[in-house]
Amino acid sequence: MSNEKINKVSVIISKGSLDGVYPGLIMANGARMDGIEANIFFTFFGLETILKKRMNKIKVATVGNPAMHLPSLIGILPGMSAFATAQMKKEMEKLDIPPVPEFIEMVHAAGAKLYACKATVDMFHLTKDDFTEETEDIINVAKFYEIAAGGEIIFT
Amino acid sequence: MPVKNFAGKQVKVDEEGFLLNPDDWTEEIASELASAEGIDELTDKHWKLLVFMREDYKENGKIPTIRRIKNNAGIPVKEIYSLFPDGPAKKAAKIAGLGKPEGCV
Repeated sequence: MSNEKINKVSVIISKGSLDGVYPGLIMANGARMDGIEANIFFTFFGLETILKKRMNKIKVATVGNPAMHLPSLIGILPGMSAFATAQMKKEMEKLDIPPVPEFIEMVHAAGAKLYACKATVDMFHLTKDDFTEETEDIINVAKFYEIAAGGEIIFT
Repeated sequence: MPVKNFAGKQVKVDEEGFLLNPDDWTEEIASELASAEGIDELTDKHWKLLVFMREDYKENGKIPTIRRIKNNAGIPVKEIYSLFPDGPAKKAAKIAGLGKPEGCV
């Protein structure tokens, strides 16, 4: 074990599926739990995590995901994604991993700063009003690097 | 295993100073552990959280997560972080005389 401590992490969440969103949230929240400064930059479909209308509807991808151990032909059946999502949420609840909206509230209350990617916001014609109140700001890449300076960057 | 002297009592701890046996814990030990973590005085709010953690641990055999402290003890996340700054998960568990938390949340 190294004696050197990580002081700051900036996590990028770029995917909008359940398995795309949780690792980044857990990494950032875990950082705060250990007294490490944390930023989260939501980009592309990862933006769904902090969109008021979408954050409660994040699902597991059942198609094109070999680790699901489910043939894609079955994965496309109606309700499959919802079913897999419900199962996974049940298991996560047992580990005390909160649903996305509660997780966003918690990680923000823990002191992590949440940012939305400007390019994606423009691409999807979104405005600040579309985002949860926990969203600090809409920023571009240059600003992200300024904020991340001196720390570790984790891309998910 | 290292042994530490708290308030005149010899107590077994791990390499990082976490109590090995939660039953060794006393309020005096908590105060000493807290001041070693930079918390000069344990207020009623600190005690409420520590007592919840210990009771929950006794019932479930697991160190409660921050979410559990928030939902079951009704202590807001912001308050948990301000009571135990720079890493509440480990710090509160340590002062409560419990081991190092094993979960990721």
